[in-house]
Amino acid sequence: MSADASPPPRVEPVSVLTSRWREPRAHDLDRYLELDGYASLDAAFERAPGDLVQLVKDSGLRGRGGAGFPTGMKWGFLAKGTGRPTYLVVNADESEPGTFKDMELLERDPHALVEGIVVSSYAIGCTQAYVYLRGEAGFAGRRVARAIEQAYDRGLLGRDIRGSGFDLEVVYHRGAGAYICGEETALLSSLEGERGQPRLRPPFPAVEGLYTAPTTVNNVETIATVPWIVRHGVDWFRSMGTERSPGPKLYSVSGEVRRPGNYEFPMGVTARQLIMEAAGGTDEGTRLKAWTPGGSSTPMLTAEHLDTAMDFEGVQAAGSLLGTAAVIVLSDRQCIVRACLNFTRFYAHESCGKCTPCREGTDWMRKILQRLEAGQGREEDTGTLKDICDGIFGRSFCALGDGATSPIYSALKYFRAEFDEHVRGGGCPYPGARVPAGAHQELP
Amino acid sequence: MTDQQQVTVTIDGRELSVPKGSLVIRAAERIGITIPRFCDHRLLAPLGACRQCIVEIEGQRKPMTACTTTVTDGMVVRTQLASEIARGAQEATLEFLLINHPLDCPMCDKGGECPLQDQTLAHGPAETRFSEAKRRFRKPIKVSETVLLDRERCVLCARCTRFAAEIAGDPFIELYERGSLEQVATDPDEPFSSYFSGNTVQICPVGALTSPSYRFQARPFDLTSTEAVCNHCASGCNLRIDSRRNYVTRQLARDNDDVNQAWNCDRGRYGFASAQDPERVLAPLVNDGGRLRTASWPEALRRAVDGIRARRRHGAGVLVGGHLTDQDAYALQKLARVALGTNSVDARTWPGTAGEEAVDARVAGSPPGPAYRDLDTAGAVVVVDLDPHEESPILYLRLRRAALLGARVPVIAVGSRPGRLAEFATVVHTAPGGQAEALEQLGRGEGEAGRLLPEDRRALVVLAGWRAAATGGLLPAARLADRLGGRFAWVPRRAGDRGALDAGARPYLLPGGRRVADPAARDELAAAWGAQLPPEPGLDAPGMVAAAAAGELGTLVVAGVDLTRDLGPREQAEAALARAFVIAVDHQVNDTTRHADVLLPAVAHAESEGTWTDWEGRVQASRAALQAAGTARTVWELADQLAGMLGSDLGLATAARVAEEAARLRARPAGLVPPPLPAADGGGQAPPAAPAEPAAPEPAARADGQPGAEADGGDPGGAALALVSYPLLLDGASMLRRAVDLERATVAAFAEVHPDEAGRLGLADGSTVELDFGENRAVRLPLRVAATTAPGCVFVPANQPDLALGAMIGPARGIRVAVRAVQEAAA
Repeated sequence: MSADASPPPRVEPVSVLTSRWREPRAHDLDRYLELDGYASLDAAFERAPGDLVQLVKDSGLRGRGGAGFPTGMKWGFLAKGTGRPTYLVVNADESEPGTFKDMELLERDPHALVEGIVVSSYAIGCTQAYVYLRGEAGFAGRRVARAIEQAYDRGLLGRDIRGSGFDLEVVYHRGAGAYICGEETALLSSLEGERGQPRLRPPFPAVEGLYTAPTTVNNVETIATVPWIVRHGVDWFRSMGTERSPGPKLYSVSGEVRRPGNYEFPMGVTARQLIMEAAGGTDEGTRLKAWTPGGSSTPMLTAEHLDTAMDFEGVQAAGSLLGTAAVIVLSDRQCIVRACLNFTRFYAHESCGKCTPCREGTDWMRKILQRLEAGQGREEDTGTLKDICDGIFGRSFCALGDGATSPIYSALKYFRAEFDEHVRGGGCPYPGARVPAGAHQELP
Repeated sequence: MTDQQQVTVTIDGRELSVPKGSLVIRAAERIGITIPRFCDHRLLAPLGACRQCIVEIEGQRKPMTACTTTVTDGMVVRTQLASEIARGAQEATLEFLLINHPLDCPMCDKGGECPLQDQTLAHGPAETRFSEAKRRFRKPIKVSETVLLDRERCVLCARCTRFAAEIAGDPFIELYERGSLEQVATDPDEPFSSYFSGNTVQICPVGALTSPSYRFQARPFDLTSTEAVCNHCASGCNLRIDSRRNYVTRQLARDNDDVNQAWNCDRGRYGFASAQDPERVLAPLVNDGGRLRTASWPEALRRAVDGIRARRRHGAGVLVGGHLTDQDAYALQKLARVALGTNSVDARTWPGTAGEEAVDARVAGSPPGPAYRDLDTAGAVVVVDLDPHEESPILYLRLRRAALLGARVPVIAVGSRPGRLAEFATVVHTAPGGQAEALEQLGRGEGEAGRLLPEDRRALVVLAGWRAAATGGLLPAARLADRLGGRFAWVPRRAGDRGALDAGARPYLLPGGRRVADPAARDELAAAWGAQLPPEPGLDAPGMVAAAAAGELGTLVVAGVDLTRDLGPREQAEAALARAFVIAVDHQVNDTTRHADVLLPAVAHAESEGTWTDWEGRVQASRAALQAAGTARTVWELADQLAGMLGSDLGLATAARVAEEAARLRARPAGLVPPPLPAADGGGQAPPAAPAEPAAPEPAARADGQPGAEADGGDPGGAALALVSYPLLLDGASMLRRAVDLERATVAAFAEVHPDEAGRLGLADGSTVELDFGENRAVRLPLRVAATTAPGCVFVPANQPDLALGAMIGPARGIRVAVRAVQEAAA
């Protein structure tokens, strides 16, 4: 997208998923019920499960975990008549750098997830659901565990929920702190007690997932959105967002902005409105240098791209991905090489080790970036970095490897000169560098 | 294949038709295109981890791994030979694999046969762009007693871990850590202990896994490879012997999809060093007044023949070892019948039992029976008195595969200790002697196991182990297959057992399943041999030893048998050695050869040329890897020479002659119908030599009466349990002498009882128990409590280095043993 194209129209913030976030005790079942909590259950139980799947299909809801796959279609893929149970697994492993929407939702409004699980499970014929929560998320975990417990106590989970004849058991499982377990097949392996490494697809989880039974893995925000669609309908849902990316969306904004946090907008809000207005822009005296639209795994964009519509299509047109809609903002005070090193260190640490390109490539990139930052860069390093990315992108076993190339590819695309500066200057020209530029030359 | 759907695929512009479901990497192999790979192995589940086999497939957004992508109709594939993308991806992956690889090829054992080295040479970068510090690990670490790991060389293809988990079912080798720290490791509390561990070394695509005996010993390109067949058990594994300067450096499994696929067991892989035993006898020895001295061949043979002649009045007998070639066994029985004029020739180490003769007559001569491949498609497999994990490891792998990986064939294990078969089989536990009744019930479709019998009873396969003869399970097992229309096979323990049976190394059987009692068969052979055959059946092996000990047998020709270990009790064997004139033919020194009157050195396995017949009846040729050590001769050659000096020309003077004649006469003649199996009469299973005793016998009573027992307080002094005993895979066998890889993997003797029995007797796992065999014979052993041993039984391995139980109690069966706790003395 070029900067001259007319920017998308301004939109107003909405309060759907965040509507109970200001209520101090919304996490408690009593308060949640006062706030119309679990109201979608009766509406759902009145309908046939198949109708609910169709409803979600019609709504155009797309997965909020990063890939944006249409949720109703995903549910439609679940194998039928296998003689095996169908499982719903909620992916609450939110680990993408810059992403903290699911955690806040679970901390402030955990029953929204439980309610979504009941409605979604009913729709897909699941009587055993799992919540796989990120290992590090202690507080959110306690809130979810408590919410599930309360729901059992009040007959909102368990046998014959609210007299509907529908039974549902929910198991809450804490991961051991691995980014890879956000990848759905690795998550399933981990949930089964195996090593958290991605599995071959096919078979897809919809056919052979958890314990080789048909399984759908959905993001927390996705599942929490379903009750709203059940209660208010497709037209209401589609009144927000764009034709292909409808509905409300949580955006996490972090980094060098004045008001970092989660913001709820209809899909398609511009990055400018989100970063410069809602989050208050970068600090006094600094300028926006780069930002990620969907966490560190999505290619960085620059100030030129601020008019990008923050929906799946808009961000893709700008050369990146909406991902988890986690905006990390870097100001012109930040060194891009150091930012890349920071991101790459994460990927090298989190690579599961299963496939060669990701295991070896991420660590190699980390070492090169470390060297560049330490003033020992060489002319050929940028070329090598590019080649390493080419060797990983589209060649690794799962998307982790692809994600690891995003910061490097985009940094080389928009900030190539900075890498060269590190080489020529013999160090990092930015404040806070361990080895400032020229330091080596000054040695006697 | 015919009814399998075919799909058409185009690879690098060449169209071919392959079965639906084929992987791209396999399809490409069909037209001679090798897509480089590390993690892919045709017998392991696809993984897609190394990413070396990336190809371009039309219509796919990303390049794909050929080892995980199944061919679809009309698919267009471009490999590294035709696609820039595929080539680029493969080169990038290779570079990734190399950055942390130590590049220590000049000192790495894999150098010269290393896929990583080969590919680097063919497509790799000449120089590295990686200037950072490489990963370092402590090296090597011990994965098991037989496997060492250099983690720096590992490319993390997970072949070893997948082999252990998928094929062997020994999953204690695993990937640990993540990212660039990922590494193969074992659980410190659960060591990787597997009878199949050597396969991980063989399939390692780099030099990360090595075996202690081969490490730093040779370069692959300096080795001579010989195609052989393993002689450790009757599984029939195809073997590659790698040798250098006339010694064996290593043995590998050779691919044969009909038999061992690509695997073998550690005993077969590492148990080759006995040929290189420094104590090996390289020239004939003769006994001069109790001292063995070296003699020339003519002198030794003359001494042997003189000895036979001097005692001709008392007759002679021939004991045929279980690890000889088909030709050796054939020549030995011909020696007995033609030159020594006796049917006292036997390759067994157990006393003959009722019904065995009838079953032997059915099996001998290799009529078509069930084969390995039939296990994959069987409706059900009944395994009687066999612990394949210990006794026929490749059969174990094939059964495991049929039961768990393929068509999920039900496996029913009948016997006193099915061992690890219990992991996937339905177990019908019986105390020794109870097999007949259990099989009777099974045949009627009774019980949990009975319900597993296939609808189509012809799809039933019955496998009876060598121990079935002694427990009374053999005849009922054959009858079960007979009655239901299924198929029956006898699974002996030793590599030469089946070949010896086919050759007629039985006192009642001639070659090819002909019966001694059948005059027409005798006449046929007499014509073929140009000699008269003795009409009366001979002594069986224990009978020969007993006769010799009693001074009633003049000469014993002992070829590859140690009487003191294989045909105990020891006192009797020693008496036999002392009283009879003993001609020992062996490549090793043992207590029999030490007491022989003449010792004729024979060739070792790696020096033998001949065939081996596996349990299926499959005859496989094995070539000699080494020249005979010293002046050792083949056993068939010695038989021919002894006979010649006795005045009988066996006509087996050349390898070609013995091969031709043995092949012709070992095969069952057309039109030979074995007699029907004796009818079930309920009493057919009682072994004549040592009847199974159903009631509590003497030892228990004796134990109860011992004063020490009363002092144990509440302990009643132990209970009499039925003894179950057979050799473990890794045991004190002389064949395993000097096998350094296996020494530490061999366990000490132990006693094992069922948890119910342990509970009843108040015995704890790991405690010490005393086993009283009566007649003042008792041993103390650590106790294992495991559900694989049937209630009412106690299992003791027959031949561990620290306890040769077989030598102590002999081949008698139906023994009951008093088992009692030993009060640990306060230390």
